[in-house]
Amino acid sequence: MDAATKKQLELNAAKIRRGIIEGVYNAKSGHPGGSLSSADLMAYLYFNRLNIDPAQPKKADRDRFVLSKGHAAPVLYSTLANRGFFPVEDLATLRKPDSYLQGHPDMKKIPGVDMSTGSLGQGISAAVGMALSAKLSGDSYKVYALLGDGEIEEGQVWEAAMFAAAKKLDNFIAIVDNNGLQIDGPIDEVNSPYPIVEKFEAFGFKTLTADAHDFDSLDAAFNEADKADGRPVAIVMKSVKGKGVSYMENNVSWHGAAPNAEQYAIAVKEIEDVIAALEA
Amino acid sequence: MADIKKIATRDSYGAALVEMGAKYDNLVVLDADLAAATKTGVFKKAYPERHIDCGIAESNMMGIAAGLAAAGKLVFASSFAMFAAGRAFEQVRNSIGYPHLNVKIGATHAGISVGEDGASHQCCEDIGLMRTIPGMVILNPADDTEARLAVKAACEYEGPVYLRFGRLAVPVIFGDDYKFEIGKGVTLREGTDVTLIATGLMVGAAIEAAETLSQEGISVRLINMPTIKPIDKEIICKAARETGCIVTSEEHNIIGGLGSAVAETVTGCCPVPVVRHGVEDVFGRSGAAVKLLDMYGLNAAGIIAKVKEALALKK
Repeated sequence: MDAATKKQLELNAAKIRRGIIEGVYNAKSGHPGGSLSSADLMAYLYFNRLNIDPAQPKKADRDRFVLSKGHAAPVLYSTLANRGFFPVEDLATLRKPDSYLQGHPDMKKIPGVDMSTGSLGQGISAAVGMALSAKLSGDSYKVYALLGDGEIEEGQVWEAAMFAAAKKLDNFIAIVDNNGLQIDGPIDEVNSPYPIVEKFEAFGFKTLTADAHDFDSLDAAFNEADKADGRPVAIVMKSVKGKGVSYMENNVSWHGAAPNAEQYAIAVKEIEDVIAALEA
Repeated sequence: MADIKKIATRDSYGAALVEMGAKYDNLVVLDADLAAATKTGVFKKAYPERHIDCGIAESNMMGIAAGLAAAGKLVFASSFAMFAAGRAFEQVRNSIGYPHLNVKIGATHAGISVGEDGASHQCCEDIGLMRTIPGMVILNPADDTEARLAVKAACEYEGPVYLRFGRLAVPVIFGDDYKFEIGKGVTLREGTDVTLIATGLMVGAAIEAAETLSQEGISVRLINMPTIKPIDKEIICKAARETGCIVTSEEHNIIGGLGSAVAETVTGCCPVPVVRHGVEDVFGRSGAAVKLLDMYGLNAAGIIAKVKEALALKK
C-alpha cells in the first residue's frame, strides 16, 4: 500500500473515531471500546475495499457487510456517515428516540446497513445466507461479517461456520476483532474461545491473521482472502480495545460506558490532534 | 358412508412447494435434516439446486433464511414446530421478525398429533410464541386444500409468515372452489345460540360437533379460522354480538393460541363468555395420534362439553 493511501486511511480512521466518541457521548450510553478497536478495519473496508456506492445503498451487486458484533454500531454508523451514506452531524443523535440511529444496527432505517444485528451470534448466519444467495444466483459479490472475540462464545457462530465450509462459500469472509476483552473481563478468563485460528481451521476455513491497526497488515490479509479456493475465510485480527483514546485502551470498563464531559474533551483532543497532524 | 380422503397437511406443504417452485424461480427451501418428515423432500427432487439442507442446526437455519431473504430470495425454512418456533425463537424474532424479512417458516409436526415421539416433540406452544412477534403472520390450515392455498398466499405476501402443519392425515374438508385469504375467517355454518371457532386439525371435529349439537336443537355458528394473526376481528366481534358466547377449539395450549387471540379480541369489542377448548396447559405423551387426541379431549365430544359450558355461562 502506498504512503498516500495509507495516510488517507489513517485520516478516515481518525474521523471515524471522532464520530464514535461524538455519538456515544451524546447518547450517554453505547459501546466505545469495541467500536474503537475496529475503526481502522472499517476505514480500510469502506474506503479501500468494498464495492459500495453511498448514492445507491441497495445496489444489487454491492459487497455486503454485516456487523455481527452489533453493539459496535457507533463504528458502523460513523463509517457510513464519513463515507457519505448520511450526514456526519446525525451521529450526535445516536440512541435518541427520534433518531434513525438505533442502539444496534437496523437495516430498515439506516442507509448502508445490510442486516439488523445486535443479538450476538446471529449476524454471521445472515451473512452466510447472503453469501449462499450469491452462489445460487451466480452473483460475484462478497460478504464480510465482523465478529467479536467474545461473540464467538455463542454456539450459533459455529453452526454458521460449519455451514459456510460445508457449502464451500469462498465468497464469505469472517473477521474476528480479537481485542481480548468482553463485558465480564478478559475473554480467556470468562469462557476462553481460544485457540481461535485453530478453531476456524478445524471448521474448514482458510485462516489468516492481521494486526487490526496496521493497514499494510490488513491489506495483505484481505488480498490473500480474495484468492478463492473453495473455503470460506476467517481473518483473526489482533486489536486493542478502545484504540485511539488513551484512557480507554485495554480497559474493560469502556466496553459499554460513555465518557463524561471532561473525558469527552480529552478523547476529542487526542483524536483531533491525530487529524491535525495528518492534515498538516 | 363413502371413504373420506385423508391427507396430512405436511404432505400438502411439500406438494405446494413444488408448485410454487415452478412459479417463483427465486424460491429456496431450507431444511434441518428433516426433509423426509417435513415433506420438503419432494421439492428437493424437483429442484435439487434450490433445496438447501442446513443440517441439525435450526438456529443457524433461520439466520441463513434471513440472509437469503435480505439478498432477494423467497425462502421457506422448514422444521418441526418445536424447533422452528421453540429452539429458534430468538433467531426468528431478531433476524427475521425485527427486519420484517420475506421468510416463510414451514413448521410441521405441530401439536400432540405427532403421536409416538412424545412430549419432547409435541409442540403446543408455537402459536403463542409466534403471536408475540410484531408483524408475524400465522397460518394454521385445516386440510389439504387450505394448506396448499396457505402456501400460495404466503408466497404472494411480502414479509414473515409462520405456517403450521400436522403429521397426521386429516380429512379433506374443502373443495376446489374454496377461497382462502390471509386474515379472514370463514363461516362454515350459520347459527344463533353459540359461535364455535376452530382452527387447524380441530376443524374436522368442530364440524362433527356442530352437527350433533344441531340435532339437539342448539344452533351453532361455525367459523374456521386459518389465520391466527392478524386475527379476523370483524367476524369475531359480529359473532360475539349475534350469538352471545364463543367456544374456541385448537390443537394447542389453551394459553397463547387461538383461544387467547379470540378472547383478547372479544374483550375489546363485545365482552361475552369465551370458553377455550384445546390442550389444557399440560405436556403430551407417547401414543398413537388418534388415541392421544381422544385422551386429551381433542374431539367432537370435548368440543360439545365446552359448548355446553359456554351456553350455561351465557344464561
